[in-house]
Amino acid sequence: MSAPLLRVKDLTRLYGARVGCRDVSFDLWPGEVMGIVGESGSGKTTLLSCLSARLEPTAGSVQYDVRGQGLTDIYIMGEPRRRMLMRTDWGIVHQNPRDGLRMGVSAGANVGERLMAVGARHYGDIRARADEWLGKVEIESERLDDLPLTFSGGMLQRLQIARNLVTHPRLVFMDEPTGGLDVSVQARLLDLLRRLVTDLNLAAIIVTHDLAVARLLAHRLMVMKNGEVVESGLTDQVLDDPHHPYTQLLVSSVLMP
Amino acid sequence: MTAMIRVETLSKTYVLHTQGGVSIPVFADADLEVAGGECVTLHGPSGSGKSTLLRCLYGNCKPDAGAIRVRHDGAEVDIAAADPRDVLAVRKHTMGYVSQFLRAIPRVPALDVVAEPLRAVGVPAETARGRAAELLARLRIPERLWALAPATFSGGEQQRVNIARGFAAGHPILLLDEPTASLDARNRAVVIELIEEAKAAGTALVGVFHDDEVREAVSTRIFSMLG
Repeated sequence: MSAPLLRVKDLTRLYGARVGCRDVSFDLWPGEVMGIVGESGSGKTTLLSCLSARLEPTAGSVQYDVRGQGLTDIYIMGEPRRRMLMRTDWGIVHQNPRDGLRMGVSAGANVGERLMAVGARHYGDIRARADEWLGKVEIESERLDDLPLTFSGGMLQRLQIARNLVTHPRLVFMDEPTGGLDVSVQARLLDLLRRLVTDLNLAAIIVTHDLAVARLLAHRLMVMKNGEVVESGLTDQVLDDPHHPYTQLLVSSVLMP
Repeated sequence: MTAMIRVETLSKTYVLHTQGGVSIPVFADADLEVAGGECVTLHGPSGSGKSTLLRCLYGNCKPDAGAIRVRHDGAEVDIAAADPRDVLAVRKHTMGYVSQFLRAIPRVPALDVVAEPLRAVGVPAETARGRAAELLARLRIPERLWALAPATFSGGEQQRVNIARGFAAGHPILLLDEPTASLDARNRAVVIELIEEAKAAGTALVGVFHDDEVREAVSTRIFSMLG
Protein backbone atom coordinates (compact mmCIF):
# COMPACT_ATOMS: atom_id res chain seq x y z
CA MET A 1 0.00 0.00 0.00
CA SER A 2 2.07 2.87 -1.24
CA ALA A 3 -0.67 5.35 -2.17
CA PRO A 4 -3.52 6.82 -0.18
CA LEU A 5 -7.08 6.19 -1.36
CA LEU A 6 -8.04 9.83 -0.95
CA ARG A 7 -5.79 12.89 -0.83
CA VAL A 8 -7.34 16.18 0.25
CA LYS A 9 -5.39 19.42 -0.03
CA ASP A 10 -6.30 22.84 1.33
CA LEU A 11 -9.99 22.21 0.72
CA THR A 12 -12.09 25.34 1.19
CA ARG A 13 -15.76 25.99 0.60
CA LEU A 14 -17.18 29.45 1.11
CA TYR A 15 -20.84 30.48 1.05
CA GLY A 16 -20.38 34.08 -0.08
CA ALA A 17 -18.39 35.63 2.74
CA ARG A 18 -19.25 32.87 5.19
CA VAL A 19 -16.95 29.91 5.67
CA GLY A 20 -18.32 26.39 5.19
CA CYS A 21 -14.95 24.74 5.67
CA ARG A 22 -11.42 26.08 5.26
CA ASP A 23 -7.95 24.69 4.53
CA VAL A 24 -8.70 21.05 5.24
CA SER A 25 -5.91 18.63 4.28
CA PHE A 26 -5.51 14.92 4.98
CA ASP A 27 -4.74 11.53 3.40
CA LEU A 28 -7.08 8.58 3.88
CA TRP A 29 -5.63 5.08 3.41
CA PRO A 30 -7.40 1.90 2.28
CA GLY A 31 -9.28 0.30 5.15
CA GLU A 32 -9.03 3.42 7.31
CA VAL A 33 -12.11 4.83 9.05
CA MET A 34 -12.03 8.53 9.86
CA GLY A 35 -14.55 10.28 12.05
CA ILE A 36 -15.37 13.98 11.71
CA VAL A 37 -16.77 15.43 14.92
CA GLY A 38 -17.88 18.90 15.95
CA GLU A 39 -21.05 20.76 16.86
CA SER A 40 -23.84 21.73 14.45
CA GLY A 41 -22.65 24.40 12.05
CA SER A 42 -18.97 23.49 12.40
CA GLY A 43 -18.73 22.55 8.72
CA LYS A 44 -18.82 18.75 8.99
CA THR A 45 -21.53 18.19 6.43
CA THR A 46 -20.16 20.83 4.04
CA LEU A 47 -16.80 19.05 4.16
CA LEU A 48 -18.41 15.64 3.60
CA SER A 49 -20.33 16.97 0.60
CA CYS A 50 -17.15 18.41 -0.93
CA LEU A 51 -15.28 15.14 -0.36
CA SER A 52 -18.02 13.02 -1.92
CA ALA A 53 -18.30 15.01 -5.17
CA ARG A 54 -21.63 16.59 -4.28
CA LEU A 55 -20.49 20.16 -3.65
CA GLU A 56 -17.78 21.88 -5.67
CA PRO A 57 -15.12 23.41 -3.42
CA THR A 58 -14.15 27.07 -3.68
CA ALA A 59 -10.46 26.16 -3.52
CA GLY A 60 -8.22 23.18 -2.97
CA SER A 61 -8.44 19.65 -4.33
CA VAL A 62 -9.84 16.19 -3.66
CA GLN A 63 -7.93 13.38 -5.35
CA TYR A 64 -9.13 9.78 -5.43
CA ASP A 65 -7.13 6.67 -6.33
CA VAL A 66 -9.09 5.64 -9.43
CA ARG A 67 -8.51 1.97 -10.30
CA GLY A 68 -5.74 1.70 -12.86
CA GLN A 69 -5.06 5.45 -12.94
CA GLY A 70 -3.87 6.49 -9.52
CA LEU A 71 -4.74 9.75 -7.79
CA THR A 72 -7.14 11.81 -9.92
CA ASP A 73 -8.86 15.09 -9.07
CA ILE A 74 -12.56 14.25 -8.76
CA TYR A 75 -13.71 17.71 -9.81
CA ILE A 76 -11.60 17.70 -12.98
CA MET A 77 -12.39 14.18 -14.21
CA GLY A 78 -15.77 15.07 -15.78
CA GLU A 79 -19.33 14.24 -14.92
CA PRO A 80 -19.73 10.75 -16.49
CA ARG A 81 -16.63 9.33 -14.82
CA ARG A 82 -17.54 10.97 -11.54
CA ARG A 83 -21.02 9.38 -11.73
CA MET A 84 -19.47 5.99 -12.47
CA LEU A 85 -17.21 6.35 -9.43
CA MET A 86 -20.15 7.18 -7.19
CA ARG A 87 -22.07 4.15 -8.46
CA THR A 88 -19.25 1.63 -8.14
CA ASP A 89 -16.34 2.52 -5.88
CA TRP A 90 -18.17 4.76 -3.45
CA GLY A 91 -21.13 4.53 -1.15
CA ILE A 92 -23.04 7.38 0.47
CA VAL A 93 -25.13 6.71 3.57
CA HIS A 94 -27.42 9.63 4.34
CA GLN A 95 -28.62 10.55 7.81
CA ASN A 96 -32.19 10.28 6.60
CA PRO A 97 -32.47 6.91 4.81
CA ARG A 98 -35.31 8.31 2.70
CA ASP A 99 -32.69 10.48 0.95
CA GLY A 100 -30.67 7.43 -0.04
CA LEU A 101 -33.46 5.00 -0.90
CA ARG A 102 -36.18 4.86 -3.49
CA MET A 103 -39.30 4.66 -1.41
CA GLY A 104 -41.58 3.59 -4.26
CA VAL A 105 -39.83 0.31 -5.14
CA SER A 106 -39.32 -2.86 -3.07
CA ALA A 107 -36.46 -3.44 -0.62
CA GLY A 108 -34.97 -6.02 -2.97
CA ALA A 109 -35.16 -3.59 -5.90
CA ASN A 110 -33.40 -0.92 -3.86
CA VAL A 111 -30.43 -3.24 -3.40
CA GLY A 112 -30.66 -4.75 -6.89
CA GLU A 113 -30.68 -1.37 -8.58
CA ARG A 114 -27.08 -0.67 -7.53
CA LEU A 115 -26.06 -4.03 -9.00
CA MET A 116 -27.82 -3.28 -12.28
CA ALA A 117 -26.02 0.05 -12.41
CA VAL A 118 -22.72 -1.83 -12.55
CA GLY A 119 -23.92 -4.21 -15.24
CA ALA A 120 -25.70 -7.12 -13.53
CA ARG A 121 -28.53 -8.33 -15.75
CA HIS A 122 -29.56 -11.83 -14.60
CA TYR A 123 -32.77 -11.41 -12.58
CA GLY A 124 -32.25 -14.54 -10.46
CA ASP A 125 -28.68 -13.55 -9.55
CA ILE A 126 -29.66 -10.01 -8.68
CA ARG A 127 -32.51 -11.25 -6.50
CA ALA A 128 -30.24 -13.76 -4.76
CA ARG A 129 -27.56 -11.13 -4.08
CA ALA A 130 -30.18 -8.69 -2.78
CA ASP A 131 -31.53 -11.41 -0.49
CA GLU A 132 -28.04 -12.25 0.73
CA TRP A 133 -27.41 -8.58 1.57
CA LEU A 134 -30.70 -8.17 3.39
CA GLY A 135 -29.54 -11.13 5.51
CA LYS A 136 -26.21 -9.40 6.22
CA VAL A 137 -28.03 -6.35 7.54
CA GLU A 138 -30.44 -8.55 9.50
CA ILE A 139 -33.59 -7.99 7.46
CA GLU A 140 -35.67 -11.15 6.97
CA SER A 141 -35.98 -12.62 3.47
CA GLU A 142 -39.76 -12.40 3.60
CA ARG A 143 -39.46 -8.58 3.50
CA LEU A 144 -37.60 -8.67 0.16
CA ASP A 145 -40.68 -7.65 -1.86
CA ASP A 146 -42.05 -5.15 0.66
CA LEU A 147 -41.90 -1.41 0.08
CA PRO A 148 -39.52 0.54 2.34
CA LEU A 149 -42.57 2.58 3.38
CA THR A 150 -43.51 -0.33 5.63
CA PHE A 151 -40.08 -0.44 7.37
CA SER A 152 -39.12 1.04 10.74
CA GLY A 153 -36.42 3.75 10.96
CA GLY A 154 -33.73 1.28 12.01
CA MET A 155 -34.64 -1.14 9.20
CA LEU A 156 -34.58 1.68 6.64
CA GLN A 157 -31.10 2.63 7.74
CA ARG A 158 -29.93 -0.99 7.48
CA LEU A 159 -31.52 -1.24 4.03
CA GLN A 160 -29.68 1.88 2.94
CA ILE A 161 -26.42 0.34 4.13
CA ALA A 162 -27.12 -2.87 2.18
CA ARG A 163 -27.89 -0.81 -0.95
CA ASN A 164 -24.54 0.94 -0.61
CA LEU A 165 -22.35 -2.03 0.20
CA VAL A 166 -23.72 -4.55 -2.32
CA THR A 167 -21.31 -3.33 -5.01
CA HIS A 168 -18.32 -3.69 -2.64
CA PRO A 169 -17.27 -0.06 -2.66
CA ARG A 170 -13.81 0.90 -1.40
CA LEU A 171 -14.90 4.13 0.24
CA VAL A 172 -18.12 4.97 2.05
CA PHE A 173 -19.26 8.40 3.23
CA MET A 174 -21.69 8.43 6.14
CA ASP A 175 -23.51 11.44 7.55
CA GLU A 176 -24.75 10.77 11.11
CA PRO A 177 -25.62 7.15 10.29
CA THR A 178 -27.19 6.56 13.71
CA GLY A 179 -28.84 9.98 14.09
CA GLY A 180 -32.48 9.91 15.09
CA LEU A 181 -32.54 6.22 16.06
CA ASP A 182 -33.42 4.76 19.47
CA VAL A 183 -30.32 3.78 21.46
CA SER A 184 -31.13 0.05 21.31
CA VAL A 185 -31.52 0.29 17.53
CA GLN A 186 -28.30 2.36 17.38
CA ALA A 187 -26.30 -0.31 19.19
CA ARG A 188 -27.40 -2.96 16.70
CA LEU A 189 -26.58 -0.71 13.75
CA LEU A 190 -23.18 0.22 15.18
CA ASP A 191 -22.24 -3.40 15.77
CA LEU A 192 -23.29 -4.22 12.22
CA LEU A 193 -21.34 -1.31 10.73
CA ARG A 194 -18.26 -2.14 12.77
CA ARG A 195 -18.32 -5.74 11.53
CA LEU A 196 -18.99 -4.90 7.87
CA VAL A 197 -16.30 -2.23 7.77
CA THR A 198 -13.74 -4.70 9.16
CA ASP A 199 -14.82 -7.69 7.06
CA LEU A 200 -14.88 -5.74 3.79
CA ASN A 201 -11.76 -3.69 4.63
CA LEU A 202 -13.75 -0.56 3.80
CA ALA A 203 -12.39 2.93 4.09
CA ALA A 204 -15.00 5.28 5.50
CA ILE A 205 -15.50 8.89 6.47
CA ILE A 206 -18.16 9.24 9.14
CA VAL A 207 -19.63 12.54 10.24
CA THR A 208 -21.11 12.36 13.72
CA HIS A 209 -21.68 14.54 16.73
CA ASP A 210 -21.82 11.44 18.95
CA LEU A 211 -18.37 10.81 20.46
CA ALA A 212 -19.31 7.26 21.49
CA VAL A 213 -20.12 6.43 17.87
CA ALA A 214 -16.80 7.95 16.81
CA ARG A 215 -14.91 5.91 19.41
CA LEU A 216 -16.53 2.67 18.34
CA LEU A 217 -16.16 3.06 14.59
CA ALA A 218 -13.33 5.45 13.77
CA HIS A 219 -9.60 4.76 13.73
CA ARG A 220 -8.83 8.47 13.68
CA LEU A 221 -10.67 11.71 14.25
CA MET A 222 -10.80 15.25 12.97
CA VAL A 223 -12.39 17.80 15.26
CA MET A 224 -13.99 20.77 13.49
CA LYS A 225 -14.95 24.18 14.76
CA ASN A 226 -16.07 27.16 12.66
CA GLY A 227 -15.16 25.34 9.47
CA GLU A 228 -11.60 24.52 10.46
CA VAL A 229 -9.94 21.38 11.73
CA VAL A 230 -8.71 22.27 15.23
CA GLU A 231 -7.35 18.87 16.25
CA SER A 232 -6.80 15.48 14.66
CA GLY A 233 -5.21 12.16 15.51
CA LEU A 234 -5.79 8.64 16.74
CA THR A 235 -9.38 8.37 18.02
CA ASP A 236 -8.66 7.25 21.58
CA GLN A 237 -5.82 9.76 21.93
CA VAL A 238 -7.99 12.70 20.82
CA LEU A 239 -10.83 11.64 23.15
CA ASP A 240 -8.72 10.62 26.17
CA ASP A 241 -6.05 13.34 25.96
CA PRO A 242 -7.65 16.24 24.07
CA HIS A 243 -5.35 19.24 23.56
CA HIS A 244 -7.39 21.96 21.88
CA PRO A 245 -9.70 23.95 24.17
CA TYR A 246 -12.68 23.16 21.96
CA THR A 247 -11.99 19.38 22.01
CA GLN A 248 -11.61 19.51 25.78
CA LEU A 249 -14.96 21.26 26.03
CA LEU A 250 -16.57 18.74 23.69
CA VAL A 251 -15.23 15.72 25.61
CA SER A 252 -16.05 17.16 29.03
CA SER A 253 -19.59 18.02 27.96
CA VAL A 254 -20.67 14.41 27.42
CA LEU A 255 -23.10 13.20 30.03
CA MET A 256 -22.51 9.70 31.38
CA PRO A 257 -25.66 7.61 31.70
CA MET B 1 19.65 -7.83 24.23
CA THR B 2 18.02 -5.26 21.95
CA ALA B 3 15.70 -2.79 23.58
CA MET B 4 12.03 -3.23 22.67
CA ILE B 5 11.12 0.20 24.04
CA ARG B 6 13.40 3.27 24.26
CA VAL B 7 11.88 6.32 25.89
CA GLU B 8 14.01 9.44 25.41
CA THR B 9 13.62 12.74 27.33
CA LEU B 10 9.87 12.41 27.44
CA SER B 11 7.86 15.27 28.94
CA LYS B 12 4.17 15.67 29.57
CA THR B 13 2.08 18.49 30.98
CA TYR B 14 -1.70 18.54 31.01
CA VAL B 15 -3.25 21.92 30.22
CA LEU B 16 -6.90 22.20 31.26
CA HIS B 17 -8.38 24.89 29.05
CA THR B 18 -11.89 24.44 30.42
CA GLN B 19 -10.64 25.10 33.95
CA GLY B 20 -8.88 28.41 33.53
CA GLY B 21 -5.94 27.02 31.58
CA VAL B 22 -4.38 25.32 34.61
CA SER B 23 -1.10 23.54 33.80
CA ILE B 24 -0.37 20.24 35.51
CA PRO B 25 3.19 19.07 34.86
CA VAL B 26 3.34 15.26 35.06
CA PHE B 27 6.92 14.31 34.24
CA ALA B 28 9.90 15.81 32.42
CA ASP B 29 12.88 14.33 30.60
CA ALA B 30 11.99 10.73 31.40
CA ASP B 31 14.37 8.11 29.98
CA LEU B 32 13.59 4.40 30.04
CA GLU B 33 14.72 1.29 28.17
CA VAL B 34 12.96 -2.05 28.30
CA ALA B 35 14.30 -5.26 26.77
CA GLY B 36 12.50 -8.51 25.98
CA GLY B 37 12.05 -10.82 28.99
CA GLU B 38 11.98 -7.88 31.42
CA CYS B 39 9.11 -6.67 33.55
CA VAL B 40 9.71 -3.04 34.51
CA THR B 41 7.42 -1.68 37.19
CA LEU B 42 6.60 2.03 37.28
CA HIS B 43 6.53 2.95 40.93
CA GLY B 44 5.71 6.13 42.78
CA PRO B 45 3.01 7.88 44.78
CA SER B 46 -0.46 8.51 43.45
CA GLY B 47 -0.36 11.33 40.88
CA SER B 48 3.28 10.78 39.96
CA GLY B 49 2.36 10.00 36.36
CA LYS B 50 2.66 6.20 36.21
CA SER B 51 -0.53 5.69 34.22
CA THR B 52 0.19 8.74 32.06
CA LEU B 53 3.59 7.31 31.09
CA LEU B 54 2.04 3.94 30.35
CA ARG B 55 -0.66 5.58 28.22
CA CYS B 56 1.99 7.61 26.37
CA LEU B 57 3.77 4.35 25.50
CA TYR B 58 0.51 3.06 24.00
CA GLY B 59 -0.11 6.25 22.02
CA ASN B 60 -3.23 7.02 24.04
CA CYS B 61 -1.63 10.11 25.58
CA LYS B 62 0.32 12.67 23.57
CA PRO B 63 3.61 13.83 25.13
CA ASP B 64 4.86 17.42 24.66
CA ALA B 65 8.47 16.51 23.92
CA GLY B 66 10.72 13.49 23.56
CA ALA B 67 10.48 10.17 21.74
CA ILE B 68 9.07 6.70 22.36
CA ARG B 69 10.90 4.29 20.08
CA VAL B 70 9.23 0.92 19.83
CA ARG B 71 10.73 -2.09 18.01
CA HIS B 72 8.15 -3.07 15.42
CA ASP B 73 8.47 -5.25 12.34
CA GLY B 74 12.28 -5.05 12.27
CA ALA B 75 12.48 -1.27 12.67
CA GLU B 76 11.81 1.42 15.26
CA VAL B 77 8.58 3.44 15.29
CA ASP B 78 8.40 6.65 17.33
CA ILE B 79 4.95 6.40 18.90
CA ALA B 80 5.11 10.09 19.88
CA ALA B 81 5.35 11.16 16.22
CA ALA B 82 3.79 8.33 14.18
CA ASP B 83 0.65 8.58 12.04
CA PRO B 84 -2.51 7.04 13.51
CA ARG B 85 -2.36 4.10 11.11
CA ASP B 86 1.22 3.29 12.13
CA VAL B 87 0.32 3.40 15.83
CA LEU B 88 -2.61 1.08 15.09
CA ALA B 89 -0.30 -1.33 13.23
CA VAL B 90 2.06 -1.37 16.24
CA ARG B 91 -0.90 -2.09 18.54
CA LYS B 92 -2.17 -4.85 16.30
CA HIS B 93 1.09 -6.75 15.92
CA THR B 94 3.50 -5.63 18.61
CA MET B 95 2.04 -3.91 21.65
CA GLY B 96 -0.85 -4.99 23.87
CA TYR B 97 -2.43 -3.11 26.75
CA VAL B 98 -4.35 -4.40 29.75
CA SER B 99 -6.33 -1.89 31.77
CA GLN B 100 -8.66 -2.48 34.67
CA PHE B 101 -11.68 -1.58 32.68
CA LEU B 102 -13.20 -3.38 29.76
CA ARG B 103 -14.79 -1.22 27.11
CA ALA B 104 -17.64 -3.57 26.31
CA ILE B 105 -19.02 -3.56 22.80
CA PRO B 106 -22.73 -4.33 22.54
CA ARG B 107 -23.61 -7.82 21.31
CA VAL B 108 -20.08 -9.27 21.05
CA PRO B 109 -19.72 -12.47 23.16
CA ALA B 110 -16.92 -12.74 25.74
CA LEU B 111 -15.19 -15.52 23.79
CA ASP B 112 -14.98 -13.30 20.69
CA VAL B 113 -13.88 -10.27 22.71
CA VAL B 114 -10.87 -12.32 23.86
CA ALA B 115 -10.25 -13.95 20.46
CA GLU B 116 -10.47 -10.66 18.55
CA PRO B 117 -6.78 -9.60 18.81
CA LEU B 118 -5.79 -12.98 17.34
CA ARG B 119 -8.42 -12.77 14.59
CA ALA B 120 -7.07 -9.31 13.74
CA VAL B 121 -3.66 -10.75 12.87
CA GLY B 122 -5.18 -13.47 10.70
CA VAL B 123 -5.36 -16.44 13.09
CA PRO B 124 -8.21 -18.78 11.99
CA ALA B 125 -11.43 -18.42 14.02
CA GLU B 126 -11.27 -21.88 15.61
CA THR B 127 -7.65 -21.56 16.74
CA ALA B 128 -8.31 -18.07 18.13
CA ARG B 129 -11.41 -19.24 20.00
CA GLY B 130 -9.45 -22.21 21.37
CA ARG B 131 -6.78 -19.94 22.82
CA ALA B 132 -9.49 -17.59 24.16
CA ALA B 133 -11.30 -20.48 25.86
CA GLU B 134 -8.07 -21.64 27.49
CA LEU B 135 -7.43 -18.16 28.95
CA LEU B 136 -11.02 -17.66 30.12
CA ALA B 137 -10.89 -21.05 31.85
CA ARG B 138 -7.60 -20.22 33.57
CA LEU B 139 -9.07 -16.94 34.78
CA ARG B 140 -12.12 -18.79 36.10
CA ILE B 141 -14.80 -17.24 33.92
CA PRO B 142 -17.61 -19.85 34.02
CA GLU B 143 -18.11 -21.46 30.62
CA ARG B 144 -21.82 -20.60 30.58
CA LEU B 145 -20.81 -16.90 30.28
CA TRP B 146 -18.52 -17.27 27.27
CA ALA B 147 -21.29 -16.89 24.71
CA LEU B 148 -22.70 -13.78 26.40
CA ALA B 149 -21.70 -10.15 25.84
CA PRO B 150 -19.66 -8.97 28.86
CA ALA B 151 -21.66 -5.73 29.27
CA THR B 152 -23.81 -7.51 31.88
CA PHE B 153 -20.92 -9.20 33.73
CA SER B 154 -19.76 -8.16 37.20
CA GLY B 155 -16.83 -5.74 37.46
CA GLY B 156 -14.43 -8.51 38.41
CA GLU B 157 -15.54 -10.73 35.55
CA GLN B 158 -15.17 -7.89 33.04
CA GLN B 159 -11.69 -7.21 34.36
CA ARG B 160 -10.68 -10.85 33.90
CA VAL B 161 -12.13 -10.92 30.37
CA ASN B 162 -9.98 -7.88 29.67
CA ILE B 163 -6.87 -9.58 31.06
CA ALA B 164 -7.55 -12.64 28.90
CA ARG B 165 -7.92 -10.36 25.88
CA GLY B 166 -4.65 -8.60 26.68
CA PHE B 167 -2.67 -11.84 26.91
CA ALA B 168 -4.41 -13.61 24.01
CA ALA B 169 -2.27 -12.45 21.11
CA GLY B 170 1.11 -12.86 22.81
CA HIS B 171 2.34 -9.43 21.68
CA PRO B 172 6.14 -8.88 22.05
CA ILE B 173 5.36 -5.84 24.25
CA LEU B 174 2.70 -5.79 26.92
CA LEU B 175 1.62 -2.80 29.03
CA LEU B 176 -0.22 -3.55 32.26
CA ASP B 177 -2.18 -0.85 34.10
CA GLU B 178 -3.03 -2.29 37.53
CA PRO B 179 -4.28 -5.57 36.08
CA THR B 180 -4.71 -7.19 39.50
CA ALA B 181 -6.56 -4.35 41.26
CA SER B 182 -9.57 -5.82 43.09
CA LEU B 183 -8.91 -9.43 42.03
CA ASP B 184 -9.10 -12.18 44.67
CA ALA B 185 -5.97 -14.12 45.67
CA ARG B 186 -6.55 -17.07 43.35
CA ASN B 187 -7.08 -14.91 40.27
CA ARG B 188 -4.14 -12.70 41.26
CA ALA B 189 -1.98 -15.83 41.27
CA VAL B 190 -3.16 -16.68 37.75
CA VAL B 191 -2.20 -13.19 36.52
CA ILE B 192 1.24 -13.55 38.11
CA GLU B 193 1.62 -16.88 36.26
CA LEU B 194 0.59 -15.28 32.97
CA ILE B 195 3.14 -12.50 33.48
CA GLU B 196 5.89 -15.03 34.30
CA GLU B 197 5.04 -17.03 31.18
CA ALA B 198 5.17 -13.88 29.04
CA LYS B 199 8.59 -12.99 30.50
CA ALA B 200 9.86 -16.49 29.78
CA ALA B 201 8.61 -16.13 26.20
CA GLY B 202 10.71 -12.95 25.77
CA THR B 203 7.93 -10.38 26.08
CA ALA B 204 8.93 -6.89 27.22
CA LEU B 205 6.52 -5.86 29.98
CA VAL B 206 5.91 -2.49 31.59
CA GLY B 207 3.43 -2.33 34.43
CA VAL B 208 1.83 -0.37 37.22
CA PHE B 209 0.94 -2.63 40.16
CA HIS B 210 -0.72 -1.28 43.24
CA ASP B 211 -0.40 -4.58 45.03
CA ASP B 212 3.01 -5.07 46.82
CA GLU B 213 2.80 -8.85 46.55
CA VAL B 214 2.31 -8.78 42.76
CA ARG B 215 4.96 -6.09 42.27
CA GLU B 216 7.54 -8.07 44.21
CA ALA B 217 6.63 -11.29 42.44
CA VAL B 218 6.89 -10.08 38.85
CA SER B 219 9.24 -7.06 38.68
CA THR B 220 12.71 -7.50 37.26
CA ARG B 221 13.35 -3.77 37.74
CA ILE B 222 11.65 -0.79 39.39
CA PHE B 223 11.42 2.58 37.60
CA SER B 224 10.86 5.22 40.26
CA MET B 225 8.61 8.17 39.57
CA LEU B 226 8.74 10.90 42.14
CA GLY B 227 5.93 13.18 41.06
